[in-house]
Amino acid sequence: MTNRPQLHDFQIQGMAARADVAGVLVLPDLATLIVSDLHFEKGSAYAARGQLIPPYDTRSTLRRLAECIARHQPQRVIALGDSFHDLGADGRMDAVDAGELQALVAAVEDWVWIEGNHDPAPPLRFGGTILHELALGALTLRHLPFEGLAPGEIAGHLHPCAKVRGKGRAVRARCFATDGTRLVMPAFGAFTGGLNVCDAAFGRCFGATPDALIMGQNAVYPVRAAKLIPDRAQSRPKSTEAR
Amino acid sequence: MSLSDAPTLLPPAFEAWFAARGWTVRPHQLAMIAAAKRGEDALLIAPTGGGKTLGGFLPSLIELAGLAAATPKNRPHRLHTLYISPLKALSVDVARNLTAPVTEMGLDLRIETRTGDTSPSKRQRQRASPPDILLTTPEQLALFCASPNACTFFADLRHIVIDEIHALAPQKRGDLLCLALAAISRWAPGAQRVGLSATIKDEAELARWLAAQRPGESERQAVIIRGAPGARPQVEILDPKERIPWAGHSTRHAMGDVYQRIKAARLALVFVNTRSQAEFTFQELWRLNEDKLAIALHHGSLAPEQRRKVEAAMAAGKLDAVVCTSTLDLGIDWGDVDLVIQMGAPKGSSRLIQRLGRSNHQLDTPSRALLAPSNRFEHLECEAAREAVATNALDGEPLQTGALDVLAQHIMGRACGEPFAADALYDEIRTATPYSGIARDTFDRVLDFAATGGYALNSYERFRRMVKTREGLWAARTPQIAQRHRLNVGTIVEAPMLEVVVSSRGRGGQRLGQVEEYFIEQLAPGDTFLFAGQVLRFEAIEEMTARVTRSTDTTPKIPSYNGGKFPLSTYLAARVREIVQDPALWASLPDQVRDWLRIQRLRSELPKADGLLVETFPRAAHFYLVCYPFEGRLAHQTLGMLLTRRLERLRMRPMGFVANEYALAVWGLRDMSGLDLDALFAQDMLGDDLEAWLAESDLMKRTFRNCAIIAGLIERRFPGQEKSGRQITFSTDLIYNVLREHESDHILLRAAWIDAGTGLLDIHRLGEALTRIQGHITHQALDRISPLAVPVMLEIGRESVRGEGQESILIDAADDLIAEATRLD
Repeated sequence: MTNRPQLHDFQIQGMAARADVAGVLVLPDLATLIVSDLHFEKGSAYAARGQLIPPYDTRSTLRRLAECIARHQPQRVIALGDSFHDLGADGRMDAVDAGELQALVAAVEDWVWIEGNHDPAPPLRFGGTILHELALGALTLRHLPFEGLAPGEIAGHLHPCAKVRGKGRAVRARCFATDGTRLVMPAFGAFTGGLNVCDAAFGRCFGATPDALIMGQNAVYPVRAAKLIPDRAQSRPKSTEAR
Repeated sequence: MSLSDAPTLLPPAFEAWFAARGWTVRPHQLAMIAAAKRGEDALLIAPTGGGKTLGGFLPSLIELAGLAAATPKNRPHRLHTLYISPLKALSVDVARNLTAPVTEMGLDLRIETRTGDTSPSKRQRQRASPPDILLTTPEQLALFCASPNACTFFADLRHIVIDEIHALAPQKRGDLLCLALAAISRWAPGAQRVGLSATIKDEAELARWLAAQRPGESERQAVIIRGAPGARPQVEILDPKERIPWAGHSTRHAMGDVYQRIKAARLALVFVNTRSQAEFTFQELWRLNEDKLAIALHHGSLAPEQRRKVEAAMAAGKLDAVVCTSTLDLGIDWGDVDLVIQMGAPKGSSRLIQRLGRSNHQLDTPSRALLAPSNRFEHLECEAAREAVATNALDGEPLQTGALDVLAQHIMGRACGEPFAADALYDEIRTATPYSGIARDTFDRVLDFAATGGYALNSYERFRRMVKTREGLWAARTPQIAQRHRLNVGTIVEAPMLEVVVSSRGRGGQRLGQVEEYFIEQLAPGDTFLFAGQVLRFEAIEEMTARVTRSTDTTPKIPSYNGGKFPLSTYLAARVREIVQDPALWASLPDQVRDWLRIQRLRSELPKADGLLVETFPRAAHFYLVCYPFEGRLAHQTLGMLLTRRLERLRMRPMGFVANEYALAVWGLRDMSGLDLDALFAQDMLGDDLEAWLAESDLMKRTFRNCAIIAGLIERRFPGQEKSGRQITFSTDLIYNVLREHESDHILLRAAWIDAGTGLLDIHRLGEALTRIQGHITHQALDRISPLAVPVMLEIGRESVRGEGQESILIDAADDLIAEATRLD
């Protein structure tokens, strides 16, 4: 286990990419770090509806993101949408956390907020540029993955998770979902759940179940689609039907 | 108390009723009436069939008879007596049994039940016009506490009867009940409490639990009243014709003998320890059933209508045997049982005595029981249990202090009912014995948790669930919050379950019952498994339903977990250790078991009762270390986890471990015979190692999830809600991680740690065992496996090793991807 890389190098539509076990994607040739679905203040959104779950998710997410940025030293950071859990998130954020976020954005040369469905208008006070989508050479970065052929697309939104069976048990963990031509980012937020990559939603984007780069404790584990199992033993959608 | 007191205690109408039945009132029943007259709380301990229930109700019935006679016919009914039992069915049963004396004496009384099944209209009517006697459950009582006007509802209450009190008190349900009783005692200060039980280990402890405490004064306890003991049960241990297995829990070898006994009995109850054992035993018995005996199946996962059918058939005398789990442990008596059979070891003497009580309800004739151990070790355990029954030695773990998650639920509940002052509530909850010693600081933190989540980062002020009124009283912030709380009342957190529905050609279907989601998750479509006495073929999952078809297979493809669900009691464990060390006590063991122990003595040695035997030996490519603490599977698994960490640091390269109820085996790549065993088993392993491992373990996360649900941090799942049980598990794991990172001393984490000590990890017990063996470890360096080691070694590979990482599964999955050099690399 010790020899396994915390980073997994691969390609998306010919562009070198590096999946970090922490859940961010680095494009080394462009000195760019991509993170998706931060969902800041998801905890307080639940609290507002009566479930007083801990208010520390923003803090936890920020700390891990700061570590990733320190590790990779990117010139550009792209937050791929749903960075804020809802339009009220900004107003609920603790002053200390807001200060941290501001400092983090300011320390990076170029910070881009891509608009998501949860945050169609990310707040302005933290700095950075707000875009609907962004083209980087052969790559297109947007929040909602396109349902159909979209080579070169990097998107978020779906919160991919993968499940593998072995030794009489099953393991389910967050993952990057890719078929080599495009990719869906794992959700990075501390309180975000996940959707199994065997779900039909992934089939509509990839034409079949994609492969998964599964985030383990200390390493990224690439696992082929054929070895992934759906949640709760549902029969897998037939491949002929999906293709 | 002598029978000559009867005339003064028993009104003429009652005396006449006893006489008409040909009965005489029993001394303990009179003692109960006398205690009630003195205004004392009373704990009645009497064997099954000893008129216990009537003893509990006689004081109420006498008072009510007087009230009915003294007031006009249409007197307003007011709640006079409250009866609480752990089972809905028990309430219904007791209501039926009370009807006889009440109607025969012509008493004009309303007796009603209120459970989760009671219709909303009936509940409303009960609220507006309470019956004289209400029979209900702890959860319903908690709901009353969380409703407006509870104070008025209970104001005239005179008696509270708590049945099967030994089953309730040690659980979180007992904590919830005790808190509700504290509230009721404030609303109805004159109400007396009565506890009923047939099997109590520590009578004084339960008598304290039952009484209301007075903070600052010496401890109070209910007066203890004992019924005459019944005839001692006759317990026989099966010496089967077949070879007794070394390991396993199927008891397959004994089925033929068991079948013959069933045939000879009028009605036999066949108790097993787990649901899957029930299924297996039922199937095996039917395989042998040449005489077409009416053998039925009863367990908690079957659909209620299925269970009702079996119960009715039992009561009607239409059955020859019922295979059942603990669902039939408690005092509901459906039929004329004359033989109790226990398949596998009973795990505790109190449980066995309770089960024996299900047979033969005449006090003076002994009940008959047959124990059918499933392997050699269980023979020892059954022998220990038989001796325990002979001397009526009961076991049971000591009561714990009150759980903080339950307190949080109760505090929130109180805020949903009548607003309260914090100081007064603090005084009130300390009258509940489990909480009598709670510090004000802890109480305040739990109160703050209920109000705002209790986080150091005080950011939820405007989302608080409880607010303080101008008068300084706490109340739920909105009626909606109160309503949501009421939906989440209770301390029973079920594993997520799926409905099992049989369909033919994909249409319609019959509901068979429920099965744990995690079990179904391991199945692939087409796999067959045993459920409701049938081999079923798994087809698919739709919403919250597992769709299955009937299979023609005779053996299911997927065996389910067959381990003992109950941990071996400390008491029986100690007795087993004594039997093993002393050949003079082997006389009643079957030859096969005796020979096994004899060879052990020749080849290695016998474990000492107050020590620990450690054996080391090589086998195939590995080196093994096997030890015999006899402390139950849970404690052994925790020990295994801690030992492997320690062995890793000693560079012994441990590979894995496996535990059963009696022993633990660890294996690795280096010979462990040269190690300093005193240091290896030193008690300090319960320090940092434990904490580090525990914090990451799945069991800790599951424990936290239960606390989070009970405390109201997250809500339960209800039918029709989209959220699946799995998603709840997932999100509590995330909450656990984030909370541990940022506020590791949060009150809910504290609650989970306390639970872990006694619950799934049995750390307390392991700690006591490690103390016991200090300086008493003996080591046998063997050249091959010993007879005693065989059973635990046979478990290797049968059970997935807990704690062994998720990572290794991912490594396996990923490795062959790399080997195949796919497009990803």
